[in-house]
Amino acid sequence: MIEKKQVEHVAELAKLSFSDAELDHFTSQLDEIMKMVDQLDEVDTTGVEPTTHVGDLVNVFRKDEAKPGTPRKELMENVPEEQDGLIKVPAIIDEGEDE
Amino acid sequence: MNYLNESLTSLHDKLVNHELTSKDLIQGTLANIHAQDGDIKAFLRTDDERALEKAAQVDKDGINPQDVLSGLPVAIKDNIVTKGLITTAASKILDNFKPIYDATVVQKLNDAKMITIGKTNLDEFAMGSSTETSAYQMTSNPWDHTKVPGGSSGGSAAAVAAGFVPAALGTDTGGSIRQPAAFNGIVGMKPTYGRVSRWGAIAFASSLDQIGTLTRGVYDNALLLNAISGLDTKDSTSSGNPVPDFTANLNGDIKGMKIAMPKEYLQEGVQPEVKAAILKAADTLRSLGATIDEVSLPHTQYAVPTYYIIASSEASSNLQRYDGIRYGYRAKDVKTLEDVYVKSRSEGFGDEVKRRIMLGTFSLSAGYYDAYFKKAAQVRTLIKQDFDDILKDHDLIMGPTTPTPAFGIGEKVSDPVTMYMNDILTISANLAGNPSASIPAGFVDGLPIGMQLIGKPFAENTIYRAGFAFEQATDFHKQTPNMEGDAAK
Repeated sequence: MIEKKQVEHVAELAKLSFSDAELDHFTSQLDEIMKMVDQLDEVDTTGVEPTTHVGDLVNVFRKDEAKPGTPRKELMENVPEEQDGLIKVPAIIDEGEDE
Repeated sequence: MNYLNESLTSLHDKLVNHELTSKDLIQGTLANIHAQDGDIKAFLRTDDERALEKAAQVDKDGINPQDVLSGLPVAIKDNIVTKGLITTAASKILDNFKPIYDATVVQKLNDAKMITIGKTNLDEFAMGSSTETSAYQMTSNPWDHTKVPGGSSGGSAAAVAAGFVPAALGTDTGGSIRQPAAFNGIVGMKPTYGRVSRWGAIAFASSLDQIGTLTRGVYDNALLLNAISGLDTKDSTSSGNPVPDFTANLNGDIKGMKIAMPKEYLQEGVQPEVKAAILKAADTLRSLGATIDEVSLPHTQYAVPTYYIIASSEASSNLQRYDGIRYGYRAKDVKTLEDVYVKSRSEGFGDEVKRRIMLGTFSLSAGYYDAYFKKAAQVRTLIKQDFDDILKDHDLIMGPTTPTPAFGIGEKVSDPVTMYMNDILTISANLAGNPSASIPAGFVDGLPIGMQLIGKPFAENTIYRAGFAFEQATDFHKQTPNMEGDAAK
């Protein structure tokens, strides 16, 4: 059984905020989804290796060569707020100092 | 002009024989979309000016008979980035996002001189099975406008089925190419994990995502997959496995082919009429010389919960990048950096995306990791072993692509678990990484259904051979929607 408090904690980890009504809604939906997931308890996985990828994964190396990067102008094209060619964000340290 | 009775090859022949110019083709394509797509809403946007410029250039350079895709139109799912053309993944959080590079698959189609017509609708970040979670519009099934087109590549599938384009690209994380292909009566291929570069595909679940092809027929599908496959240094999970010509040996001969039919794929939950159509398809394949054995994939019923843990966990990690700083939506009137993150994400993501981020974050969080993520990853191993065992002495696995034909718009969207169960037949191929396609296999209540063929890793050609032979022996792929959106014709 998933509790509202857990959902609140997970929302914080996920950097999402919900209204109280939304929290209730998500709590009941996540609970229902986790009930479906609990079916997995029926499967005996003793000694089974987990699979996290299915490719023929090997280390891929490339030469460490200097190459021209993407021009700054292009990189800045999708930036929501900028000033003097820099990305602008609100004050990072301490709420007392902004504005 | 529409492509209900055309193929990539028939159009190529017309270009080579000067019956048409690429410009005629692209002008006609755009005119048809502008006239008809108001009813379907398959496209989020078209790229008229550049498409016409490219067509003019192709005409000027002349069509080389070897360049089979040259000058032909293609649609791209809107979670595949296109340089200079807005790409949103159907999310508000990427409203106005203009990529500064092309995905490798788009680059490859450009190199083949194919012409991108526009970007197609999808479930937000490809999370959904009906295209209803798009933040922008609801796409209708061309066969019946009250039904969903499936998802998440619903826009691409509807665009091909409606005859707007002869071919489209989609992505498939749990069935997102095959299920809409089945619902729209077309061919959809999810290639082997690693067959096609994912560079430029907006990541949902990186160990499951694959880009693939949607077309009206099998031959066209193979032709398009030829163009996008192969190793890419920009995607270190792409495979160096040699790429054969997928159109080779499409001759209708499947004598001696060994096909497995899992009993779990025909169990309750699969609509009886769908089951009947698939059993009939098995008879057809048998009459063509294949043998069909009933087999068991004992972990099938666990595929859906396994998938939702793994896919959501990977999604919660992948979607951390949407923070409102460097690109995408940024909330207004925020005072602190933390607020930029939290408000931008809370206002920018839709409900289904939030639900999956929450589920994934929960599964990965301290105290729950072993019980959920690790457990699912272990069951994934068993699901993969099921496939490996059966494919040791069979060439293909067959079954229905979906338990039912297309369901109604609004019917399942408010009930996540019911919606998730719809993917039960397609998810395993993603968990195991095997190639898998949906081939038109009949009609139930006037709506198309699909036969799913699953092959050994990197054996897409076997799927195409069987699919082509089946297509030659049937006429399901020749049926077209009447575009009035009334399936009862």
